[in-house]
Amino acid sequence: MDEVDLEVFEGEFFAMLGPSGSGKTTCLRLVAGFEQPTSGHIEIFGQTAEGVPPFRRNVNTVFQDYALFPHLNVIDNVAYGLMIRGAGKAERYRTAAEALELVALPGLGKRRAGELSGGQRQRVALARALVNKPRVLLLDEPLGALDLKLREQMQEELKNLHRQLGITFIFVTHDQNEALSMADRVALFNQGKVVQVGTPQEIYRCPNSRFVADFVGSSNLLPPEFVAGISGQNKWASLRPEAIRLTSAGGHEASVVACSYLGGTTRLALDLGSLRLHALLPSVATIPQPGQRVRIDWNPDDVHLMEDGI
Amino acid sequence: MRSDGNIGAPIGLKIAAGAGLLFLHLPILLIFVYAFTTEERSYQWPPPGLTTKWLAVTWNRPDIWEALSLSLKVATVSTAIALVLGTLCAAAVSRTRFFGRETISLMVILPIALPGIVTGIALRSAFNLSDIPFSTWTIILGHATFCVVVVYNNAVARFRRTSASLVEASMDLGADGFQTLRYVIMPNIATALLAGGMLAFALSFDEVIVTTFTAGQQQTLPIWMLEELVRPRQRPVTNVVAMVVVLVTFLPILGAFYLTRDGDQIAGGGK
Repeated sequence: MDEVDLEVFEGEFFAMLGPSGSGKTTCLRLVAGFEQPTSGHIEIFGQTAEGVPPFRRNVNTVFQDYALFPHLNVIDNVAYGLMIRGAGKAERYRTAAEALELVALPGLGKRRAGELSGGQRQRVALARALVNKPRVLLLDEPLGALDLKLREQMQEELKNLHRQLGITFIFVTHDQNEALSMADRVALFNQGKVVQVGTPQEIYRCPNSRFVADFVGSSNLLPPEFVAGISGQNKWASLRPEAIRLTSAGGHEASVVACSYLGGTTRLALDLGSLRLHALLPSVATIPQPGQRVRIDWNPDDVHLMEDGI
Repeated sequence: MRSDGNIGAPIGLKIAAGAGLLFLHLPILLIFVYAFTTEERSYQWPPPGLTTKWLAVTWNRPDIWEALSLSLKVATVSTAIALVLGTLCAAAVSRTRFFGRETISLMVILPIALPGIVTGIALRSAFNLSDIPFSTWTIILGHATFCVVVVYNNAVARFRRTSASLVEASMDLGADGFQTLRYVIMPNIATALLAGGMLAFALSFDEVIVTTFTAGQQQTLPIWMLEELVRPRQRPVTNVVAMVVVLVTFLPILGAFYLTRDGDQIAGGGK
């Protein structure tokens, strides 16, 4: 990992997004203290973090596999951090019960971790991490093991929890939808480097490289030759599929290669002769069929020029 | 619909299985019977009469007490050594990747695969070469070689089944290394260690071959029994001792069996 230069602000919901092996989890583990940097510098709230073991950092983690202690029941799992800090039994259980209530899981304290469903384990892991009142909560792909419906529900709950607690959330995910919908800011990782940092809107609208454009939403990449023809600049550009619209006159002529109905929208594969584009059209419009010739156009502002051709 | 398990086995197979079990266990019953016979010079069948006087005779023989206490001491100390070394080795092999990891794993297991006589001769010549006098400690060292394996095997299986992130989770929640060992690692491997320790103890307690080569003038209980058979004197006493040994070793092994069986469920609950 190198060239990772990140600053996370207090109270922020920060997502680290990237394909597997891109260094996002390593980055999280560096913050948690499970790994030590070979070079470089980490600061947590202005204090140097190198050499500080995980148990002396005011940072707690929700693990990808939840890592609930199998020999303890739910309430003892949640109260573990308090027990280590020497809190009395009554106080410990009261605080743990509060934390379980916070994650909407009251009354399950006596169960064993093995008897819970995936979603419930996830909530226990969350309660266990929050019970120590950390200033930063690290989440390592916390929703990866859940099915779609539960994942969407948890996304919402995590956002609410973040608003409620006001602490910093750092979230690792390979799911771009998750990162865009939840985070205040997103850092995009590729091959051990941070390639772009910004708000979801910035990342989505103004990707700074072909990798970002391609990874975050499936953007159309326009090669320099094509871009030179329409804007006069010899650079790569990205064009979001939903920015393309059908038109009766002007624009570009294209033939429809394929057409797939996605419910609210319909996805068209278009052949412009020199390049292929994908367009996302609202399903209410009359949808052209494969083989048909159409004219397409887009607002010139939607063609986003990229400095980086990689 | 009935499952296959409920279809009865052929009667011939049942008889064969029963005969096999009898063949395995009847001799042990015979040992129990001869512990109460009135005939002291030869094993005569059927026993001419039954008596409990050999229990008292056995109780009053000091050589038996000496052998028994030596055996208990050797088994306890070598099990303790095995628990420490076996667990540490298992933790290293299952938690970290390093050059020679597989080799170390193989070398730890090797002593139990080697015939005891090879281990015995090797140890004896090693002790001779390095001028170590034979004592209780040389027996303990000999026994520790195979006790470590038993503990290691149990511990390594448990470590593999417990998620490595448990340790990280504990550290993350504020526990230092010692607290993590006490509150997370130990509870998760305790039953495996207990099972391994019991098996190690039982193995050490009835070991003959390695002991023959590593003992000096001392006699552990199994060695004492072997000597008694060669030179008959109050023969049923040997049987009384054998009966006690069977009972003493049977209980821990039974316990180990139940503990590891439950352990599957406990350790599997993590993920």
